[in-house]
Amino acid sequence: MELLTDPSWLYDWPKWLDIPLMKWINNGFKVFNEEYGIYFEYVNNFLLGAILSLKKFLIMLPWPLVIALVVAIVFFSSGRKIGTTIFVGFCTFFIGFLHPRFWDKAIETTSIMLIGIIICVFIGIPLGISMARSVRVRNATLPVLDLMQTIPSFCYLIPGIMLFGLGAVPAIIATVIYAVPPLIRLTDLGIRLVDTEVIEAAEAFGASDKQKLLGVQLPLALPNIMQGINQCTMMALSMVVIASMIGTRGLGDEVLLGLQQLNVGKATEAGLAIVLLAIVLDRITQAYGQRIQERNTAPK
Amino acid sequence: MSKIEIKNIYKIFGPKPEQVLSMVQDGAGKEQVLEETGHTVGLDNVSLSIKEGEIFVCMGLSGSGKSTLIRHINRLIDPTAGKVLVNDVDVLSLNAKEILEFRKKTMSMVFQRFGLFPHKTIIENVAYGLEIQEVPEDKRKEIAQGQIDAVGLQGFENQYPAQLSGGMQQRVGLARALATDPQILLMDEAFSALDPLIRSEMQTQLVDLQSKLKKTIVFITHDLDESLKLGDHIGILNGGRLVQVGRPEDIILNPADDYVKAFVKDVNRSKVLRAKTVMSKIDKFDASGINPSSTYKYDEDTFIEDLIPRVLKDRSTIEVIDKTGTTTGYISSEELSEALTKTN
Repeated sequence: MELLTDPSWLYDWPKWLDIPLMKWINNGFKVFNEEYGIYFEYVNNFLLGAILSLKKFLIMLPWPLVIALVVAIVFFSSGRKIGTTIFVGFCTFFIGFLHPRFWDKAIETTSIMLIGIIICVFIGIPLGISMARSVRVRNATLPVLDLMQTIPSFCYLIPGIMLFGLGAVPAIIATVIYAVPPLIRLTDLGIRLVDTEVIEAAEAFGASDKQKLLGVQLPLALPNIMQGINQCTMMALSMVVIASMIGTRGLGDEVLLGLQQLNVGKATEAGLAIVLLAIVLDRITQAYGQRIQERNTAPK
Repeated sequence: MSKIEIKNIYKIFGPKPEQVLSMVQDGAGKEQVLEETGHTVGLDNVSLSIKEGEIFVCMGLSGSGKSTLIRHINRLIDPTAGKVLVNDVDVLSLNAKEILEFRKKTMSMVFQRFGLFPHKTIIENVAYGLEIQEVPEDKRKEIAQGQIDAVGLQGFENQYPAQLSGGMQQRVGLARALATDPQILLMDEAFSALDPLIRSEMQTQLVDLQSKLKKTIVFITHDLDESLKLGDHIGILNGGRLVQVGRPEDIILNPADDYVKAFVKDVNRSKVLRAKTVMSKIDKFDASGINPSSTYKYDEDTFIEDLIPRVLKDRSTIEVIDKTGTTTGYISSEELSEALTKTN
């Protein structure tokens, strides 16, 4: 009755009209953590182990050897393009040349990304395939992907911290959530874009679903899938940099340090190193897809 | 015996074809069905019988349902109602596994835009059907090489389809279809994307190959000249309905309705009609007036195109003989002029 006599609640949002979502989620999380924390412990240990061993291995190698490896990968994946190879080689060299400390930091960043991308590939490609094959899966997955791509990227750090604490593992979780949507979408698109007549040709010869997928659809969708992996890589890099806010080590924390100390030079130097790393990774992942694309549509 | 038997096939495209079926069966037209229900009638009560070893040409304009029809034979499309028998086996009764076996063993297909695998080399493309059948690699390479030689593409084995011209790509398509040695060859507008010279060349090549291989070929086209050149029998589709089936001569001389008439109006009859069709039978021809010195003997299957110069030049008479050499009839300028006059 008071509501009728005092209309002030219409002007200011009343305190009692509030859904206690925060409390529910916090309680839920707490129970969830108590019940299933042990499993996250396993995942944590496994991922951490993977990152550390990859990082240790790459740091242990002499830096000229690592540059040589990168150059060799680019050379073969780009179909022996000399220009691209030399360019990427120089970019790799320049990361360390900018500041000797950046070399190990870049390797640390790359290790976290690589593990993240591998997980993305294992989740993204099968999901993309099943989306291309079933309208139902597509309709169920698309809104989730839309949601994942609209939420600001650093929000993904929150559940990671809750479940895994600070460090590299929550960064990987956030990276996967953030970077996997384009790979899923492009795998789905790539398979659906394969010429219907080519699919019919395979069917007319009696190819089973498996033969069709492995022999025709996936190879022809490969340029798109590689584009997806390329997108995935770029997004993973940006996420790993942002993840320095939750204590992930790597090139990102150099930028963060520069910002905190108001040291413009330091931040710029680290920023440049990230750009160089981005170029190297971009060239490696693009070159392969482009080469297949060229073969499939050679000029007449 | 017929190799392929299509019985009262209906195909309706749309969300609920079963509900629309009875309306179509009661004789509703394509436009009416589309307007009232939003469904598209692909095929409307089509029945056909295709004999072993013949080239059956299915002709119609785009949207007439010819591509839909050919896909019923290897069940790339399931009919809404009706039966398809191949070698007296009901194709629709096969389960998923049997249908794959059936496609592998019985037939192969050639496509309008070739349908080649852009990521495979020419020889890998040709060997694809055998790869699906899990033939060992060296064996299938050997067979594929033989087919490549047969269509005259030696030297291109390790190129990719995009590096070849249209005509060459379709030869690869043909070689790929023949590599599995199928009983039935389905050709969906196989030569329509080629330019006229290459197309004519490919038609001749197909006829040559067929004279050796004796496959059952179902050939789809929108080009009447092509269907007359290739077909032993021709079926004409219009708006999903089969309006006429017959030998090329039947179609030309007795078009079933105005639609077919419009089609055959501009056809060069002399390239289609054969001596035996236009001749006067020996007992009905007054042979007393002919001059034996200007009489030429021709086989009954000769196209009258080849006879015209003879008859016109020296006012001669053609004596038509059958395979055994017996005279069966005569052709003079009178028979020729009658045959070449358009019926309206």
